[in-house]
Amino acid sequence: MSATDKTALTHPLTHSIAPDRKPLDLAGYQSVGGYTGLKKVLAGIAPADVQAQVKDANLRGRGGAGFPTGVKWSFVPMGEDAPPLKYIVCNADEMEPGTFKDRLLMEAAPHQLVEGMIVSGYAIGASTGYIFLRGEYVLAAKHLRAAIAEARQAGFIGKDLGGSGWNFDLHVHTGAGRYICGEETALLNSLEGRRANPRAKPPFPQVAGLWGRPTVVNNVETICNVPHIIAHGADWFRGLSQGKSEDGGTKLYGVSGKVRRPGVWELPIGSTGREILELAGGMKDGFELKAWLPGGASTDFLLPEHLDVPMDYGSIGKAGSRLGTGLMTVLDDKASLLGTLVNLEIFFARESCGWCTPCRDGLPWTVKILQALECGEGEPGDIEQLEAMTSDLWMGKTFCAHAPGAMEPLQSAIKFFRPEFEAGIRAGDSDVRAA
Amino acid sequence: MSTADANIVKLADLPKPQDFRLSDTERKDILHEISQYPEARAASIEALKIAQRRLGWVPDAAIAEVAPLLGISTAELDGVATFYNLIYRQPVGRHVITLCDSVSCYLTGYEQTRDALIETLGIQLGQTTPDGRFTLLPICCLGACDHGPVLMIGEDTHLDVTPDTVPAMLEAYE
Repeated sequence: MSATDKTALTHPLTHSIAPDRKPLDLAGYQSVGGYTGLKKVLAGIAPADVQAQVKDANLRGRGGAGFPTGVKWSFVPMGEDAPPLKYIVCNADEMEPGTFKDRLLMEAAPHQLVEGMIVSGYAIGASTGYIFLRGEYVLAAKHLRAAIAEARQAGFIGKDLGGSGWNFDLHVHTGAGRYICGEETALLNSLEGRRANPRAKPPFPQVAGLWGRPTVVNNVETICNVPHIIAHGADWFRGLSQGKSEDGGTKLYGVSGKVRRPGVWELPIGSTGREILELAGGMKDGFELKAWLPGGASTDFLLPEHLDVPMDYGSIGKAGSRLGTGLMTVLDDKASLLGTLVNLEIFFARESCGWCTPCRDGLPWTVKILQALECGEGEPGDIEQLEAMTSDLWMGKTFCAHAPGAMEPLQSAIKFFRPEFEAGIRAGDSDVRAA
Repeated sequence: MSTADANIVKLADLPKPQDFRLSDTERKDILHEISQYPEARAASIEALKIAQRRLGWVPDAAIAEVAPLLGISTAELDGVATFYNLIYRQPVGRHVITLCDSVSCYLTGYEQTRDALIETLGIQLGQTTPDGRFTLLPICCLGACDHGPVLMIGEDTHLDVTPDTVPAMLEAYE
């Protein structure tokens, strides 16, 4: 699809992005409808009504968990008795392996995120917003800082915005690595200048988050949708899915791996893996699709037979995986399944924050077993041990979702490709096992 | 003057790690970062990055200089410094190469790129070349999976890096 086919009404997130990805300045962004949502809000929509519209729009969190955004916001104390300081934080720590969507939004449409932060901040009555950006996104940091400076100059950030009596400030906070910073409570610890260990929940951040104040943490893509919902309405937003999903909006989908043209596209939410693969030109010559991760390293593998499942939170969940970030990684038939799993689990083991024992010790153990299987040195009982891991490192037994995320590709790989695991058991030993 | 001589001059200009003192500019930059937060320690990572600018890494003396500005102990700041992988607590080369080794780059052949880097530089992952030019480190997903294998050299992102493109890419970094 060429850029000219895109309009604010069909491709709200990417219509303003030129093929060379050069970002629009404030005037350019306003000329394509930018800051319409914010102006509408400041002209007299009450925060509660902004929240209601986002709830009606069926916008679900685009960071991976898919929690309804309006519902998330509704837990924030509002009204005269609410604490005077509240925070809106954007999770821009995009580090889920296989994911490259928020980079596009921040590098190429920085004003959209800035507007989204202001409108979202208004909706929950926040005094300050922080964009927690991974340190490696140097260009995104530059573009966002420039956009914030322009917005401040134009009076979209500051005191008594639009005569509403509401004050709002916005900052970019850059990180210094570590995947765990994407976990929302670990992110808050990191933002406060601490080690990025997750916090116990409850209390949830909406009640006691940054510096103990009510705080909402939303993903970049989630926040970028908000001003469009206000500008064009909840009904319009729900209709963007074109009946493909009960969820509202478009979604940034993409694919990487051995495909002809890897990339990222804005499509109606509920589009299928097959449609995304077709946009990528299919598999490269000589490669067949063996399996795919629908939305990052921490999602269960799916098979070619799942390519027609709508890529939304509910449908991918029913198929046995998670939508996650919605950026597919394809495993081709020439790649080693066990090698890929070793790669995935080394990542999770290395990025564990070390806070709780199942994660800190269980993940390296998982790696060790998989490495043995990969080189044909596995022992009888190894597969059963890995299966036990997928239960012992699961939700409720670990402090956060890091280790359970690591278990998702593993449990699905055992389910679909058990013979490849069995082939990794030492020849002499497999007889013993059979007996 | 050979490149080696040039390097010696450069190294001599640098302060000894144990004598590290924040410059007025560095101190001012750190205080500016602190002003963005209700609590000073929230600027810990930015402050460490500022302290890291001159040497490329953060010596003990810098931790001791920065911690009081943030209102925390040196032990607390070191706890932060050692947690995050872009803060270096030991000397690194003039250019740090961070090579993505996550799943999409694995599937598009980062191992061949890694081996070409190891061979060209004559060092393993985690090491620095004897002339202090490059340090080679692994890093998790850099968010450019449509162009794997991906790596960064300092603040520059390099896309679609294959063994063939490694030598020319490295030449741009003195």
